Amino acid sequence: MSEKKKMRATIPEEEYMFPGTVDCQGCGAAYAMRLALKALGPKTMVVIPACCWSIIAGPFPTSALKMPIYHTAFETAAAVASGVKAGLSIREKEATVLAWAGDGGTFDIGVQSLSAAAERNEDFIYVCYDNEAYMNTGIQRSSATPWGAWTTTTPRKHPKDRPKKNMMEIMAAHRIPYAASATVGHPEDFVRKLKKAREIRGTRFFHVLATCPTGWRSPPELMLEVPRLAVETCVFPLYEIDNGVYSISKKPKEKLPVTEYLKVQGRFRHLTDQQIQYIQEHVDETWELLLKKEKLGRLF
Amino acid sequence: MIHAFSGNAAVAYAMKQINPDVVAVYPITPQTVAMERFADFVADGDVDTELIMADSEHSAMSCCIGASLAGGRVMTSTASAGLALMWEVLFVAASNRCPIIMNVMNRALSAPINIHCDHSDAMGARDSSWIQIHAENVQEAYDNIIQAVRIAEHENVRLPVMTNMDGFTLSHATERMETLEDQQVQKFISEFKAIYPLLDVDNPVTYGPLDLYDYYFEHKRQQVEAMELAYDVIKKVGQEYGKMTGRSFDMLHPFEMEDAEVAVVVLGSTSGTARVAVRAMRQKGIKVGLVKLRVFRPFPKDELREMLKGMKAVAVMDRSDSFGAFGGPVFSEVRSALLGEDVEVVNYIYGLGGRDIRQDQIEQVITDMSTVAKTGKVKSFVTYLGVR
Ligand SMILES: Cc1ncc(C[n+]2csc(CCOP(=O)(O)OP(=O)(O)O)c2C)c(N)n1
Ligand code: SF4
Ligand SMILES: [Mg+2]
Repeated sequence: MSEKKKMRATIPEEEYMFPGTVDCQGCGAAYAMRLALKALGPKTMVVIPACCWSIIAGPFPTSALKMPIYHTAFETAAAVASGVKAGLSIREKEATVLAWAGDGGTFDIGVQSLSAAAERNEDFIYVCYDNEAYMNTGIQRSSATPWGAWTTTTPRKHPKDRPKKNMMEIMAAHRIPYAASATVGHPEDFVRKLKKAREIRGTRFFHVLATCPTGWRSPPELMLEVPRLAVETCVFPLYEIDNGVYSISKKPKEKLPVTEYLKVQGRFRHLTDQQIQYIQEHVDETWELLLKKEKLGRLF
Repeated sequence: MIHAFSGNAAVAYAMKQINPDVVAVYPITPQTVAMERFADFVADGDVDTELIMADSEHSAMSCCIGASLAGGRVMTSTASAGLALMWEVLFVAASNRCPIIMNVMNRALSAPINIHCDHSDAMGARDSSWIQIHAENVQEAYDNIIQAVRIAEHENVRLPVMTNMDGFTLSHATERMETLEDQQVQKFISEFKAIYPLLDVDNPVTYGPLDLYDYYFEHKRQQVEAMELAYDVIKKVGQEYGKMTGRSFDMLHPFEMEDAEVAVVVLGSTSGTARVAVRAMRQKGIKVGLVKLRVFRPFPKDELREMLKGMKAVAVMDRSDSFGAFGGPVFSEVRSALLGEDVEVVNYIYGLGGRDIRQDQIEQVITDMSTVAKTGKVKSFVTYLGVR
């Protein structure tokens, strides 16, 4: 008789987020926060600029989190987080400062303050939960919206005609100590990376693909599945840049064609075979480049 | 044509009919629906507009300024934090005399976060040298945008125009409204004439250089004059547009003022509620009238003084506060316009963050005014209406 293997939970059981939040069904952004707080623990303060999380965190006088929260202006997450950390330091208080912003608040309107904070190597964790559009205001394109996607400002007749900004590379260019990509479909991986990041000092950046059934026109029950397909197709590779060293967290055994990822989401429904082929080529190139970077060892 | 349009739909439609050269925008509630609709018009080829989806409102307005200086007819739309983030460049747009048209769906400012209507955003921009027009309903919001093009681009004015409408109350309310035919709009606004565009390499010009104590003051003084000249232009454009549509447009819109002894001054969508309250109180025998302030910049001080002198009491309704000041921004202006007149002017601050304003509350204001008129005594010059 074989010895019974005990399951070991790698995700802490403690909950720091209350149930009953007002996010849509199958919201990856909500789940991402729940996981992040489990990983970072109670000594965390959260800075949230305008985004879906402004709503999910609950209207006055409620709060969805057991942590202190500061709701800040849309373009200011990294600047405010710098200030909060400085304020804590003069009081000699130890706590993790978590800036929690959407892709619009990170890639677009917040990129200036984020870049400046990263250059100063401010001591906080910055998580960008990326649902690839301005969801809170009703699905408008951002510079994180992928090529070919429908949004309300990139209608099907005229879908997004520019590629998604490569935020990980932009952050790496600041030579910050740690940057990682993650998805809500890979909770263990996300939690592991956050725990690791918690022990590092300086600017730590997370790019988290967070399913948005409302904006992606995907079935809510596929909240975990869609980002897994993003990884299996190499549309969204999971990797870390730890002190200049690239390491890929998950290499698909058999790389799936991008259609597997695209076809479960209504936002890509209008794409022609030719357009899908274009996406495939772009994904292949980017993936090859990443594999090469991993081989190069320390890059900065 | 008759439509059932929300405020957002009406804005998008007006923009489509104007067919501006450049539109640069950034999404913000409650304005986004207008921009989504307009993006559809662009994608469908209904307009020739170059649409820039900017990375912030600061950038959106800066794109607008660039496009305007290059020689284009330019439009945008925003609200609340968006307008606040534009603040620096609002002054730049006006000072460079860019005739940009911007629709603002008035919304409260943070913090705390609130997406509903008040006028803090527009009032925060009141000193930026933008003309400000406020709409009572969706019809007026549409009408104001079309007129704004003519006002902004008039050679005596050449200032940007902000057409305001109450967020959600108008932006998201569907009303019956009439639009002009496309050709009528085009004929009314006529072709855009760029003055000293950057595009003209044969006659190079410089905008916005260093300008110290030797010239700066004169440049500001020219803006003052442009604002003064705008009075006349706004009135004439309103008359011309009024002839075409059968609707009337002026700086102020009086209601039951002929024999009024007390008056209420209000701007925006609350004018409608106030009109109903005035009618009801007239039936109770109070000689009350209403003055709707359609144009806030330039402030129609002379007309207002003419209309309100001889009143025994005037209540000014403000949908924003000027913290630490003596009353709200509209109150301050009305009161100083009436300086020297023997009339008590009092202030009611209401509806912050979208707090509903009801007919009975305005009736209470009118009752208060009637008491002031009778007794000559004011209990409180600034009252917060509907706050717990
Ligand atoms: C200065 C400013 N401009 C615009 C807005 C309106 N706004 C609030 S949330 C939001 C979209 C946020 O998008 P993202 O950061 O991707 O987060 P998501 O809503 O997708 O979660 C916008 C445009 C604002 N609050 N402040
Ligand atoms: S719109 Fe998307 S991100 Fe926002 S609450 Fe809904 S599912 Fe979550
Ligand atoms: Mg987003």
